[in-house]
Amino acid sequence: MTTTAPGTYTPAPGAAPVGRMLLAQTALETRMLLRNGEQLLLTAVIPTVLLVLFSAVDVVDTTGPGRRVDFLAPGLLALAVMSTAFTGQAIATGFERRYGVLKRLGASPLPRWALLTAKTGCVLVTEVLQVALLSVVALALGWSPHGNPFAVAALLVLGTAAFSGLGLLMAGTLRAEATLAAANLVFVLLLLAGGVVVPLEKFPSAVRGVLELLPISALSDGLRAVLQHGAALPAGDLAVLAVWAVLGLGAAARFFRWE
Amino acid sequence: MEAEPAVRVSGLVKRYGSKTAVDGLDLSVGRNTVTAVLGPNGAGKTTTVETCEGYRRPDAGTVRVLGMDPVADAARLRPRVGVMLQSGGVYPGARAVEMLRHTARLHAHPLDVDALVERLGLGSCGRTAYRRLSGGQQQRLALAMAVVGRPELVFLDEPTAGLDPQARHATWDLVRDLRSDGVTVVLTTHAMDEAEELADDVAIVDRGKVIAQGSPEELRRAGDGRPEQEALRFRGRAGLDLGALLKALPDGTAAAELTPGSYRVQGPLDPQLLATVAAWCAQVGVMPDRLTVERRTLEDVFLDLTGRDLRS
Repeated sequence: MTTTAPGTYTPAPGAAPVGRMLLAQTALETRMLLRNGEQLLLTAVIPTVLLVLFSAVDVVDTTGPGRRVDFLAPGLLALAVMSTAFTGQAIATGFERRYGVLKRLGASPLPRWALLTAKTGCVLVTEVLQVALLSVVALALGWSPHGNPFAVAALLVLGTAAFSGLGLLMAGTLRAEATLAAANLVFVLLLLAGGVVVPLEKFPSAVRGVLELLPISALSDGLRAVLQHGAALPAGDLAVLAVWAVLGLGAAARFFRWE
Repeated sequence: MEAEPAVRVSGLVKRYGSKTAVDGLDLSVGRNTVTAVLGPNGAGKTTTVETCEGYRRPDAGTVRVLGMDPVADAARLRPRVGVMLQSGGVYPGARAVEMLRHTARLHAHPLDVDALVERLGLGSCGRTAYRRLSGGQQQRLALAMAVVGRPELVFLDEPTAGLDPQARHATWDLVRDLRSDGVTVVLTTHAMDEAEELADDVAIVDRGKVIAQGSPEELRRAGDGRPEQEALRFRGRAGLDLGALLKALPDGTAAAELTPGSYRVQGPLDPQLLATVAAWCAQVGVMPDRLTVERRTLEDVFLDLTGRDLRS
């Protein structure tokens, strides 16, 4: 038994500077994500494997001229954003809510806006790593991207906002197990029906009109327009993403339950 | 001594749907004291504490913590108040020391993390993820997180539930040190011995109300007039003739041999009664072994007030 000097616990309360709290929280969130095997499978392994597999083998008859990797790389960048901002964030936040992490942090000096900012920071850090990984693999496979990097960044940021809103809405309203199941199901459905690896042209035109309004379709289509075809700024896709972002974040802010 | 108590709850009402969890509760916690909120399961202890922590809005009544409103003044209060939830509160994949270090980083002048880790035996948790720690390790981590920011006031919700005796004593020692260094501690418990050991002040809560409050000694004394809860016990030869003793004892006192060689004298205890028993022992030539004075315990008070029926 160690003895403790008198005065050790004398109160000296105070919040740390908000910058330090933000940095610490972002670092912790990112560590938690990178330590989680299932999350890494979702964010790194699946997009990379799909990119390599579908580039090597013509499983899906891609439309248009050019090499398959030029069609696939933008779609898988979109998938990477969805996997982190939506699926991964929804599952992680759902379990944090269930384990009382959000509740306990609510009693700490960390303001709620700072917690959400840290979560966004964690998503962005992960996305940078994903984009780097996928770009290196795609370039090795002969990818030749075009277009304006600012348009790409705008698409990625708006896509992240749209998927984060939907992910947090799910995490903040459903039970953790339901979030786990639903987020994975949505991931697979949108992977197949969102223009990621299967061109939307393959779908009947009646369905296609609806599918084009999905956030994943807007993101993959917009990235493809810029990176494959050199478009300046895909305004329609950006508008679709902006609407999803406003609806998703608005609903999350309104309905999110912290406990 | 400051005029404003650390916590002042008056007329608190909190309902969940049709169920009233807290029903007009009054509680005052003096600064630099340890106050135990004692009550059976479902009495409203956690709801009361969580209202003080700003997690719940009162349906009626007022709650003031360090003179402030826990909901409206949350941002100013949070750095000054330490919170230990009944369970959880840690990332399932986080390691104990990692989480404690993180919590320390959110505060301006935290405790020395390594010393706290050593004191509460958290070093042995190593690289194990929180969800795989034992219940006791999870409890000790939650306690450490509540105090690491050097708060003025800590709320501990069942801090020793499920702990082994060593960890229980380590927790008690820490609570005593907090108090002697000037921290106000509010803890909930249904362990009577914990309240008796630690608390300056005990508030017994039942069905959403405080039904008795005072020091453990005051509460025990409030039950005078229940002499059957006081007794002298001793061991001696089996089969002693109690006739002479019974004649010497005052009215309202009973003496019996419970099992061979084990005797109990029940009645209002005072020095005279002890002298009478001792004199009789000397007369019959018996050394009263293991002579003990049994007083009414907090458990007796508690059961008298809350009833002995099992709660659903």
